[in-house]
Amino acid sequence: MRKLLLQGLLKAPLTEPAPEDVAVDKLAAELNAAARARLGRSLSIREVDAGSCNGCELEIHALGNAFYDLERFGLHVVASPRHADVLLVTGPVAKTMAEALKRTYDATPAPKWVVAAGDCAINGGVFAGGYACAGGVEAIVPVDLRIPGCPPTPVALLTGLLALLRAGRG
Amino acid sequence: MQAFAQLLESGRAGPCRPFPRAQVSAEQWTTLAEHLAAGDLVLMGLWGDAGAVHMALLDEASGRLAVATCASVGGAFPSVARHHPPAARLERTVRDLYGLVPEGAPDDRPWLDHGRWGVRHPLGANLPAEPEGDAYPFLAAEGEGLHQIPVGPVHAGIIEPGHFRFSCYGETVVRLEARLGYVHKGIEGLMAGADVAQAARLAGRQSGDSTVAYALAFCRAVEAARGVSVPARAHALRGVMAELERLANHLGDIGAICNDAAFALMLAHCGVLREKVLRVCARAFGHRLMMDGVIPGGVAGDLAREGVSSIRVLVSEVRAAFPALVELYDNTASLQDRTVGTGFTRPDYVRQFGAGGFVGRASGRPFDARRVLAYPPYDRLPFEVVVRTEGDVNARVWVRIREVEESLGLIVRLLDTLPAGPVATEVPPGPGEGLAVVEGFRGDVLAFVALEADGRVRRAHLRDPSWFQWPLLETAIEGNIVADFPLCNKSFNCSYSGVDL
Repeated sequence: MRKLLLQGLLKAPLTEPAPEDVAVDKLAAELNAAARARLGRSLSIREVDAGSCNGCELEIHALGNAFYDLERFGLHVVASPRHADVLLVTGPVAKTMAEALKRTYDATPAPKWVVAAGDCAINGGVFAGGYACAGGVEAIVPVDLRIPGCPPTPVALLTGLLALLRAGRG
Repeated sequence: MQAFAQLLESGRAGPCRPFPRAQVSAEQWTTLAEHLAAGDLVLMGLWGDAGAVHMALLDEASGRLAVATCASVGGAFPSVARHHPPAARLERTVRDLYGLVPEGAPDDRPWLDHGRWGVRHPLGANLPAEPEGDAYPFLAAEGEGLHQIPVGPVHAGIIEPGHFRFSCYGETVVRLEARLGYVHKGIEGLMAGADVAQAARLAGRQSGDSTVAYALAFCRAVEAARGVSVPARAHALRGVMAELERLANHLGDIGAICNDAAFALMLAHCGVLREKVLRVCARAFGHRLMMDGVIPGGVAGDLAREGVSSIRVLVSEVRAAFPALVELYDNTASLQDRTVGTGFTRPDYVRQFGAGGFVGRASGRPFDARRVLAYPPYDRLPFEVVVRTEGDVNARVWVRIREVEESLGLIVRLLDTLPAGPVATEVPPGPGEGLAVVEGFRGDVLAFVALEADGRVRRAHLRDPSWFQWPLLETAIEGNIVADFPLCNKSFNCSYSGVDL
């Protein structure tokens, strides 16, 4: 273990620079005026899987690895909606999850923002049209930011979340 | 076992390829269920259809697989779960989706249907119903001083939704019951009527972490149904993709299990290796998880020379970094203290449930579809089926560790012997019926598909390995402390989406 820890100290970090400013600004500009209220320099995020295939969860997990290091931006994943500023929602919203999503939203203190992550969360994706899905997060709770992709890459997710931060500071 | 021999015999002339399928009488159906209960056969799947129920059965010793079909009479069929409990949740699903009633079933509670869809029996009578939600009676645990802990469906981590009901005596778990179905997307309803290309995309999203395994199982079933043989290069590339998927998931799991034992250093290092695998997948196959890379007839794109070399570099990087992590895992007493002896899964349960993957192989069941039901490219490749017998969290970690090493070897061998030629062939539309079993990272995925004359899907069913692992998690946690549940749960890493359909 000592050797591994020593290597960690001596070698250059793997963490990569933040995504391009242009992409972040573009997304920040897309956020509505309400989202521009001051959020401070940090965001607490509660992830809600509302029926995803778990692909989006894998990429959200990846945000925590050494390459993306989500926490350096002041972005924290928290365990309860009561501690959250942002709900990061994935999945086409399975009807079985609709009430849980609504209750999670209601448990999140205002001001709060909802990010629909992934094609399913935006419009149901490949699962749209069936008897079992509501067809996107918008059908259940208001959405402030959409991050497309199937699943969105960690860079796309990071870009979207940084846009929220920037909008907050603006 | 005469009943199974008869099934093999009469199924040979049946519609299903390459495994036999035949209609059986209610009496024969029950005889087969009794063979399951006696341990002569392994249940590989049970799913509904229009007015009938199918049951896939494996004779493990001979590696022979067959499907029995029982027509429903008056909307009912004889329950298999009555004799063989592993069928219970599958039968409850058949009832929820098709309205076919398993007669004599020991558990008549719904499973996937939470009363929220606005319809009942969506693949059967499809009757409108008020989406009010149903109260669910959990199994009881009675005694002085017992208390319940309800967890979920929204969990504290970044994981899929499901509800766990713990009955505890102090810190000790007396009974755990899982209630799943929260991510039911109606995949089988969406697949019916879809063309095979669209259905393959849906199959690849039944459980995103196993997208290659699912797409492969579905495509192999379609190819069997249509009698299409896939080019040799496509077989090899499918193998490379499947092993990269196994590698990425096992690396992620090893790190995450250690993290659930509060040892974050392993997560950090395994997370780096996993990310490197995903980046190479994106470079070589155009998508980090390789979604939609396997298509009916072959693979979506060829692997360029740069792709081959990036995979080779990856293999040597993982080989250079992994041994130090294995050593770290093995030599950290505080970590071993959490994983050794925790979450013991009984070998007899594993055999009874036919549990595959690291859950089965860590409790002494040497089943691996790549070996027992060998399919290309594995039929020409030497590799070791890793088996441990301790059945605890530690054993499930070690199976993964050894399988990482096996996968690295398989990838190199596949790249060394990569045949030239096309990577896909056309699948002409038309009727047929096929079945395939593929070894995903968490176990065997079974795919059944029946095609209409115009080539569209009439019925498709994909059975996740977790169907036979989730119930064992409930047995593994019994007598452990609540705080060890995340550790046990991660060591199983069952799919929610995969079983919720």
